[in-house]
Amino acid sequence: MKVIAIASVGGHWVQLLRLLPAFEGMEVVFVSTVKSLSTTVSGNKFYYIPDASRWNKLKLLQTFFKALKIVQKEKPNVIITTGAAPGLLTLIAGKILGSKTIWIDSVANAEKLSLSGRIALRIADKTYTQWPDLAGHRIIYAGNILS
Amino acid sequence: MIFVTTGTQAPFNRLVKAMDDIADELGGEEIIVQAAGVDFKTRNLRIVTFLHPAAYNEIFTAARLIVSHAGMGSIVSALTYGKPIIVIPRVASLGEHRNDHQIDGARKMEMLGYVPVAYNERELKEKVLAFVQQKDKGTAASIGRHASGSLTDSIRGFILNT
Repeated sequence: MKVIAIASVGGHWVQLLRLLPAFEGMEVVFVSTVKSLSTTVSGNKFYYIPDASRWNKLKLLQTFFKALKIVQKEKPNVIITTGAAPGLLTLIAGKILGSKTIWIDSVANAEKLSLSGRIALRIADKTYTQWPDLAGHRIIYAGNILS
Repeated sequence: MIFVTTGTQAPFNRLVKAMDDIADELGGEEIIVQAAGVDFKTRNLRIVTFLHPAAYNEIFTAARLIVSHAGMGSIVSALTYGKPIIVIPRVASLGEHRNDHQIDGARKMEMLGYVPVAYNERELKEKVLAFVQQKDKGTAASIGRHASGSLTDSIRGFILNT
């Protein structure tokens, strides 16, 4: 079983690493927006992906092509992300190339799902929130990263 | 040593400025600030723009107090290490973030007893001075190393069924 686990630097990455018990015994390929983060997952394959936000369309496109390249090469069974935009784009790439996809909305979004999360809800196989109040149709609450 | 961290995404000069002012009353204690886009001279702070993860961890664990924007990276790290932290949320109307999720998130985390929150510079000063003068020991709440088992089990179950 091969998993791509992707998150942007900062809180997204910190949250992703707290999910590691979910992947025990699986091959995990990490992807993030800062190269030196590879040192925090040594022993695993790591790819750099350029950061992007919805405010810069050209960068979004560059990030999306890098995501396609990584997914094409790795052919993971599952792609999981805790955000943000590069994670969403990689889920889209996975959707196109036949991977199953999981979106974990950041614990930072306590009042409503993030914008990326609302887009992910339409394309991901599973969408999780970390706040019970935000659970709903197809939005799963099963706990949070603060345990 | 006090470590001030603002994330790498956008400047948060309101926090940097506030800490520089508060530092006047801290008797020369070392204050390391991780911040991007500081466009003015500070009197009391050592500013670094980006820290390698190893250096970040080293400073983070050595500090006796963390002062941070209400970013989950800093909050979760502080909770993991049981490190006293005071957070001040970025405000969208001041151009500090795209929306006010840091205020929402901070309010919720404060309500659940995870972190003390300063909603403006005056409250920040009160809370930092109270901590330093040991009137307030700082709520060093702490959490385990991983997400709740129910969450990782749910994710794992889905992956294994694909």
